[in-house]
Amino acid sequence: MSALLAVDALTRRFGGLVAVNGVSLDLHRGEVHAVIGTNGAGKSTLINMLSGEIGASAGTVRLDGVDITARPQARRALAGVGRSYQRTTIFPEFSVHENCRLAAQAAHPRPWAIWESASACAASNAAASEALAAAGLETLAQRTAGTLSHGAKRQLEVAMCLATRPRVLLLDEPLAGMGAEETERMLALLERLKASHAILLVEHDMDAVFRIADRITVMVNGTLIATGDPAAIRANPEVRLAYLGEED
Amino acid sequence: MEIGTFLVQCLNAVQYALLLFLVASGLTLIFGIMGVINLAHGSFYMLGAYMAFALSPLFGDRFIVMLLAGVVLAALFGYLLEWAFFSYLYQRDHLQQVLMTYGLILVFEELRSILVGNDVHGVKVPAWLDGSFALGDLMSYPWYRLFASAACIVLAVGLYLVVNKTRLGMMVRAGASNRDMVRGLGIDVRRLYRIVFASGVALAALAGMIAAPMTSVYPNMGASVLIICFVVVVIGGIGSITGALLASLLVGFVDTFGKVFFAEYSGMGIYVLMAVILIWRPAGLLGQKA
Amino acid sequence: MSRFSSSLPLLCVIALALGGPFLGPYLSDLVVKVMILSIFALSLELLVGMTGLVSLGHAAFYGIGAYVTVLASGSDGGSIAWLLPLAMLAAAGYALVVGALSLRTRGVYFIMVTLAFAQMAFFVIHDTPLGGGSDGIYMYVRPALGPIDLEQRNTLFYVVLAALVATYGVLALIRRSRLGAALAGIRVNEQRMQAAGFPTFFYKLAAFVIAGALAGLAGFLLAARDGVVNPELLAWHNSGEVLLMIILGGLGRLRGAVLGAVAFTLLKEVLSSHGIVGPMADHWQLTLGLVIIAFVAFLPKGLMGLVERNAKGAA
Repeated sequence: MSALLAVDALTRRFGGLVAVNGVSLDLHRGEVHAVIGTNGAGKSTLINMLSGEIGASAGTVRLDGVDITARPQARRALAGVGRSYQRTTIFPEFSVHENCRLAAQAAHPRPWAIWESASACAASNAAASEALAAAGLETLAQRTAGTLSHGAKRQLEVAMCLATRPRVLLLDEPLAGMGAEETERMLALLERLKASHAILLVEHDMDAVFRIADRITVMVNGTLIATGDPAAIRANPEVRLAYLGEED
Repeated sequence: MEIGTFLVQCLNAVQYALLLFLVASGLTLIFGIMGVINLAHGSFYMLGAYMAFALSPLFGDRFIVMLLAGVVLAALFGYLLEWAFFSYLYQRDHLQQVLMTYGLILVFEELRSILVGNDVHGVKVPAWLDGSFALGDLMSYPWYRLFASAACIVLAVGLYLVVNKTRLGMMVRAGASNRDMVRGLGIDVRRLYRIVFASGVALAALAGMIAAPMTSVYPNMGASVLIICFVVVVIGGIGSITGALLASLLVGFVDTFGKVFFAEYSGMGIYVLMAVILIWRPAGLLGQKA
Repeated sequence: MSRFSSSLPLLCVIALALGGPFLGPYLSDLVVKVMILSIFALSLELLVGMTGLVSLGHAAFYGIGAYVTVLASGSDGGSIAWLLPLAMLAAAGYALVVGALSLRTRGVYFIMVTLAFAQMAFFVIHDTPLGGGSDGIYMYVRPALGPIDLEQRNTLFYVVLAALVATYGVLALIRRSRLGAALAGIRVNEQRMQAAGFPTFFYKLAAFVIAGALAGLAGFLLAARDGVVNPELLAWHNSGEVLLMIILGGLGRLRGAVLGAVAFTLLKEVLSSHGIVGPMADHWQLTLGLVIIAFVAFLPKGLMGLVERNAKGAA
C-alpha cells in the first residue's frame, strides 16, 4: 500500500544550524506513526514543515503522490492535512460546537455571501457535529470552550482538526498536561481515528507511545536514527543509548 | 552633479542618518527589551531641543558641558517617567499602549505650549564650532555639522560597547530574549527596565540637543522625527540596533538625495523605500520575527 | 440583551429621522458631523474590533475619499452617482496597496507601517501640486443627483443618516456571516485559522479594503458637508482620534463605535468650552490627553463596558 503522506529527505537549516537533517518517513492509513526524541531533536520543526508552517530547505513532502512541498499551510489543510497544536489553540469564547463549525467553514468559505448567516451553514454544521461525535464531545457541544477541563480542551483541539475532514492527522503532543484518565480517553480516541486516517504523533509520554503506535521513528539532533515497529525500536541499541537508556 | 556638491550631500546624509540613529536606537531598544510601543518618543527629542534652547544662555560656549548636563537631566526625567507611568504599560496590549502614549504626547505638547510658548527659536552654535572648512576648491562644510556627526559616532560606538561588552549590556540582551529567566537569576528586572528606558530618553534628548542649532526649535519637531523613526525601525527590524543603523543610513541618503533630485516629491521617498523593503523583507532587514 | 436595548439603534434612527427637520442649523450640522464620524469609526471597528488589526493610518482613506470628491467635482459640481463610488473606489484602491504591503507584517510593525503609509498620503496631498497645498481646496458645487441636492441642509441630513444606517447594516450582516466568523477567528488565533484551511492574508486584506472604502464614504460625506478639504484630514492625529473613539465607545460592538463618536465629539466640545471648564479650555489638549490616559487605564472596555457592567449588576 503506498503511503498517504510520503516524506523524503526533508531538511531544514536555520543559518548554520541544521534543525532537521534528511528525515524520511511514511504515513499510511490505518496506522499511528509516532515520532519521538529528546528536546531539541527537531520534532517541532519537522511537524511544522509537514503542516506547511515553515518551508523546507531540501527534500519533498508528497500527499497521495502529489508534491505539496511548496504549498502553504492553508492549502495543505484543504487538501487533507490536519494539524493539532501542543499549546491549545481553541477559541475560548465560542461554544464547543462553534469552534468546530468555524474550522469546518474553511471548506465552505463563501466569504462574499454576507447575507448568509455563518451559523446557518448546513455543511459546516454537519461537519462540526460529525467531528464532535468522532471525538466524543457531543454532550459538551453547547458549553463555552474556555470552561472545559484541560483534557476536554485537548480533545476539542483534535476535534477541530477533524472538522475539516482531513486524511492525515499531524498531532503535536495531544497528551500534554493530561492525567491518567484523560490520557486513556485520548488514546481511545486515537484508536478510533486510526482506521480512517494516517496519524503522525509527536509525543513525550513513552508508555502511551508504545501502546498506541504501529511504527516509531526516533530523532536525535535533527537526524533520524531509527524507524520500525515498537518492539524493534525498544531493542535497538542505538536508541537505547541515545534516548531510552536515560530512563532505565 | 559636481564632486564638491556630491560630497557635501553625502556628509549631510550621514549626519542626518546618525542623528536619526540616536533617536531610533532608543525607540527600538525600548520596544525590543520592554515590548512597549511609545508614540511619545518624539517628544523626548523635542525635550532635548528645548533644553538646548533653555540651557544655551547659561552655558555659553561650554557646549559639551551643556550636552552632558542635558543628558543627566533627560535620564533623570526618563527614570521618573518610567517609574510613574511607563512601568504600568508593560502588561497592556499594544492598542492600549498606543492610546496612552498618544495621550502623553498631547500632554507634553500642551505643557510645552504653556511653559515655553509656540514660537520658533534658534539655538546658537558655540563659537569654537562656528564657521566652515573648505572641501576642495569649491565647497565648504560647516564645522558644527561635522561635530554633530562625530558626536553621534562616538555615542554609537559607546552604545555598542555598553550593549556588547559590559555586564549591564549583557543583562539587557538577556532581558530582551528571556525576561523570566533574567528575573530568575535574581536580577532586578524593574530597575533594569528603568535604566533602559532612561537611556532611551537620554539618547533621544541628546539627539534633539545636538540637532537644535541646525534645525531650530519648533513645536512640531517631535511628531516628524517620530514617524521617520518608525520608518527606520520598520526597515531595520525591531530590536536590532545594527538594523537601525543600516536603516538610518538608507533613510538618510534617500531623503537627502531625494530632496536634491525630486524636490516636491522628496517627502515620499522614504515611504517608497519602506514599501520596497517590506515587499522584499516583511520583518525588516535584520529583524527577528515579531 | 433586553428587547429595549436591542431595538435601541432602531429607535435612535427613527428619532433622528423624525426630528431632523426640526433641529436648528447649528444642531443639524453638529448631528451630521457626528453621524459622519460614526461612519468613520464604524469602518475602523471592522478592522480593529472585528479583525484585531490595529491600524494607526485610517485617516488616509477618510482624507482620500474627501479629496477625490472635491477634486473630481471640478467647477460644475458632479453627480452623486459617480462621485460617491469614485471616492470609495479611490480610498479602497489605496487600502488595497497599503494592505497588501502592511498585512505581511504583524503586531507593532503593522501599527507603524500603517502610520507611515498614511503619512505618505499626507505628504502627497500636502506638498505636491496634486493636493492643492496646506490650505486645502474648496468645492464649488456640492454633489447632487436629480432632486437630491447635498447643498440643502435637510437633504444632506437624510442622505448622511441613510449612509450611516446602510454602513451599520452592512457591518452587522458581515459580522454574522461567514466572512465575519472568519475575521473573528483570525482575531483570536490566526494560526489555528490557517491550520484549518483559511487563507488568512486574503481575509485580512478584504477587511482592510472594505474598511478603507467605508472610510472613503465618510470622507465623501464630509466633503459634501463642509465644502472644503484640507490636508489635516489625513494627519495622524486624525487616525489617533478615530482609534480613540472606538475604544471610548467600547471595542467589539458596532454601537460602541457610534457611541464613541458621539462621546468624543461631546468631550472635545466640553473640554474647549470656557463656560464648563473655565480657563482650562484654552489648554484642552492637556485635559484631553489626561482624560485619554485615565480612560484607557481605568475603563479599557469603554462606555459600552460600563453600560454592560451596570446591566449585569441590575439583572
